[in-house]
Amino acid sequence: MTLDLDQHLIDATNAVAAVGDLDGLQRIEGELLGKSSVVNEARRSLGELEQEARKQAGRRLNEVRTELEKLLAERRVVLEAAERAAVLEAERLDLTEFDRGQRLGHRHVVTQTWERLEDIFVGMGFTVAEGPEIEDEWHNFGALNFPPDHPARDMYDTLYVDYGEPGSTLLRTHTSPVQIRVMESGEPPIYSIMPGRVFRSDTADATHMPVFHQIEGLVVDRRITFGDMAGTMDAFTKAYFGRDFASRLRPSYFPFTEPSAEFDILRDDGSWLELAGCGMVHPNVLEAGGLDPEIWSGFAFGFGLDRLALMRHGIDDLRELFRNDHRFLSQF
Amino acid sequence: MKVLLSWLREFAPVSGDPSEIGEQLSGLGLAVEEISAIGGGLDGIVVARVLELRPHPDADRIQLVDVDAGDGEVLQICCGAFNMSAGDLVPLATLGTTMPDGMEIARRKMRGQWSNGMLCSPEEIGLGEGQDGILLLGSELEVGAPLVEALELQPDILYDLEVNPNRPDAMSVAGVARDLAARQGVPFVLPDPRPAEVGESAGGRLTVEVLDPVLCGRFVARVLDQITIGPSPNWLVNRLTALGMRPINNVVDVSNYVMLELGQPSHTYDLDAVVGSKLRVRRAVDDETIETLDGVDRTLGSTDGVIADGDNQAIGIAGIMGGASTEVSESTTSVALEMAWWDPQSISTSSRRLGLRSEASARFERGADPEVADLAMRRFAELLVGAGATLAPGVVDVRGSVPNRLPVRVRTARVNDLLGTALSRDEMAALLGPIGFISEPAGGDHSSADLDVVVPSFRPDSAAEIDVVEEVARMHGYGHISRTVPSSTITGSLTSYQKDRRLVRDTMVGHGLDEVMPVPFLAPGDLERAGLPADGITVANPLVAEESVMRASLRPGILKTLAYNASHRLKGLGVFEIGHVYRWPSTEQPLPDEREHLAVGLGGRDATGAVAVWSALADALDCRGYDLVADFPAGLHPSRTARLEVDGVAVGYVGEVDPGVLEAYGIGERVGWLEVNLQALLALPHGGRPYHQVSRYPSSDIDLAFEVDEGTPASAVRACLVAAAGGLLVDLSLFDVFRGAPVADGRRSLAFTLRFQAEDRTLTDSEVAEVRTACIAAVEGALPATLRG
Repeated sequence: MTLDLDQHLIDATNAVAAVGDLDGLQRIEGELLGKSSVVNEARRSLGELEQEARKQAGRRLNEVRTELEKLLAERRVVLEAAERAAVLEAERLDLTEFDRGQRLGHRHVVTQTWERLEDIFVGMGFTVAEGPEIEDEWHNFGALNFPPDHPARDMYDTLYVDYGEPGSTLLRTHTSPVQIRVMESGEPPIYSIMPGRVFRSDTADATHMPVFHQIEGLVVDRRITFGDMAGTMDAFTKAYFGRDFASRLRPSYFPFTEPSAEFDILRDDGSWLELAGCGMVHPNVLEAGGLDPEIWSGFAFGFGLDRLALMRHGIDDLRELFRNDHRFLSQF
Repeated sequence: MKVLLSWLREFAPVSGDPSEIGEQLSGLGLAVEEISAIGGGLDGIVVARVLELRPHPDADRIQLVDVDAGDGEVLQICCGAFNMSAGDLVPLATLGTTMPDGMEIARRKMRGQWSNGMLCSPEEIGLGEGQDGILLLGSELEVGAPLVEALELQPDILYDLEVNPNRPDAMSVAGVARDLAARQGVPFVLPDPRPAEVGESAGGRLTVEVLDPVLCGRFVARVLDQITIGPSPNWLVNRLTALGMRPINNVVDVSNYVMLELGQPSHTYDLDAVVGSKLRVRRAVDDETIETLDGVDRTLGSTDGVIADGDNQAIGIAGIMGGASTEVSESTTSVALEMAWWDPQSISTSSRRLGLRSEASARFERGADPEVADLAMRRFAELLVGAGATLAPGVVDVRGSVPNRLPVRVRTARVNDLLGTALSRDEMAALLGPIGFISEPAGGDHSSADLDVVVPSFRPDSAAEIDVVEEVARMHGYGHISRTVPSSTITGSLTSYQKDRRLVRDTMVGHGLDEVMPVPFLAPGDLERAGLPADGITVANPLVAEESVMRASLRPGILKTLAYNASHRLKGLGVFEIGHVYRWPSTEQPLPDEREHLAVGLGGRDATGAVAVWSALADALDCRGYDLVADFPAGLHPSRTARLEVDGVAVGYVGEVDPGVLEAYGIGERVGWLEVNLQALLALPHGGRPYHQVSRYPSSDIDLAFEVDEGTPASAVRACLVAAAGGLLVDLSLFDVFRGAPVADGRRSLAFTLRFQAEDRTLTDSEVAEVRTACIAAVEGALPATLRG
């Protein structure tokens, strides 16, 4: 055995390291491990040796072969990685070229407020009811304890439509008629809010629109108290604004509630903000809704939805909500 | 209603600083809109005489006024008001004066002319609002005198209160004082003037006849003699002015003063002008006419009440305004003074019908106090006796029918149940007493837990137990009721419709569409311009024509939105709206056919974009079994629109807006269009698809391309394939559409990929071939289509 396997390993190591691509590696692999390779030639000549020497030389040959395989495998990993890297580099993109403002649409800011309020009240155990925007006189006024020609009707500048008898059909001036529809539609307990669009004969300005949105609440159950109403208003305020406010209830008047109140919260500047009107459902209204006021009691509340949207975003003109200018809509 | 603190204090010794009292008033339900200090801070303002008025050489809106401020020197003032003449006395804020609003008066040039002070309007010196021009002062004042001294102004606090319609009693200073005294726990006392009565009794000089006792619940008349018409004393003028009433003369001023103080409106007739010395209260007859005090000829109707004279000629409209023929004038010496109680409903109806509002009608229609007339008469006389008048003895008092007011049974338990309080019977009685609600144990039985409450005549709103509950709550203080949260006994949730609607909205937003909210009012012609029938339900009393039609479709609003944005160089916008539309119902019903629609307008995109939005929506809602059926509804593109049918029910349209409509709306780009009757769509079955296990066996794909007539929709080919392929078909897609050679003119190639798969086995080639043959045969057999080789 004249072959210097150690030298062969050194030569092989150098040769493998010098290979620059996978094709070259393939070639060298043939040279080092193929039929006419040094190690295979040496194996074939093993038979010429004594048993003990053959055993030793064979073990040595196996070691060398293993070493060569390892050399090749390691080099293959390196070359493969380099090749993949080259392919990937060739695919390089400037991603900022493709960031061209792909956008989702935007829910209207009123809708966002609407859904936020729904979510809060659903969390408080309320359902959400809706009703028609063109209403009859009974649901908008009569059932809500507004006698005909009563001055309380002057609190609302009503728009009527040419439908049915003159004065019989109108654009609802508040969401309160839905209270009656909810009572008509089933037995208490009722824990409902009624968001919706309402109408007044108003000229549009920064704080008025002929169309705007309200959200009404109605609770009717056994032994519901004025204190429950006050507590509910507080709980809602905290949930909506995310913190406690000092609040007050002060006497007010709505034909459909008694006692009636305005719910004010104390702003940081020390002034009171009138947030909602509320009150205990008037017995006449319960009766109009087909409920016995001796068995059921309840409270109702209502506030301006648009105003909450304006407040949240610091918008100072109600008309912006209805102008539908993309530059406005896309901010929310 | 405005009240002065000094005036309130004439009825009750109320105390506290002005803002504290303001909080108390708000807490009583008399919301304070404004608190202002008046009659003070007027140092430096003097009475000046206008000497000469000259135009400003370089300005139209100001003039030059020479005044004398008492020292004989001519001072030039630049002034923006034009209501004064040479010789008038006016308030002059001299140099160095600090105005009540903090403004400092300094010598300055206005458009090149010196101004040596400022002439003041009533508002600028806290003497009344909304009156234009400079305050013109009485000619008897001393020129140069400080205004405060000349007018005998006293520093005072003015509260502007918002009085709700259920509180007619608080439309008087005394009524406000009563509430405030109760809150403060101090006594409230009404005055009891006893002016001397002289001369011939009223009874023999005036007769009153009430022909309509419902209209007129009470008519009280007295006579005053020795009337000398002249100005009122300063203190009275100051109070009227502060409360927003313009002083006229002593008789009118006293009438207004008593109304403001006690809430009882009155009317004075020149007694000598009343024909037959007779006042007859009746309903007007249709087309009867009268000239009212404001000089307007008015035509009356049978719903109006009138006071007629001995000739049965109307000389006043009941409760609203007096007539010109008996108006008190310089020559008047004796007056008949009327203080009546009018039926609120009648006055409200009449006032609305006539479009005529007055301070009197505002009080009568809310319900005046039928029992205050006697006191108010004496107060009236007392105030006028100071001006030399005399009160004739005798009162003509005719009663009609005033609503019967029985004591109200108030159950203590009921009050506490409603309020969440634990008040005793006697605590409630103690709360009610100071505001005039007199109570005793129910049925006079001291062991009863309940109360019988006599409601005072000045609280007509309070007639039932619940009304007294409110008074108890109000006097107890809303803030003293402890706050609890009811535990809802139901589960909060949205309805499935509401959840689906949110999904629809999210899908639109996910498509990059912005939600818009146009007003639901349209102008006449908007619907027609959008190609829709001009039968929108109209508003009976619109403020402006642009808001006189209710939308029958969301289309005009969306188109206006796109046009508005395009005019601001914002094109290519995709917008959507979910909102109600209102239509005439097909059969008679109490309310219009109102439903919620979805509309999508895709600026700068064509029908294909709209179809993509629809398929996304259908996928989001898992709405299967729909079809797009070519259609040409007016206003939409005639060859690029399809009717949406879900389970055979038409739910809307998808396509493009007609170019003619776009032109009419001034939109210069294509608009892809989708409109869906959301209520109809969501009422149809959708979602809830049963689960199918995913097959574990391999699938096989085949491609089939057909040459199809242009008149045959791809959906028809698709439907044929679905029907023929049967249960093995798991996916079907149209992957290519090709027109041009070698495909014949008027035809196109539609290439589909079909994927087959069985749940229980691997399909054999022959099975797939069999289905393929069946598919081809079905399409070729049913449609003008041939398989392409």
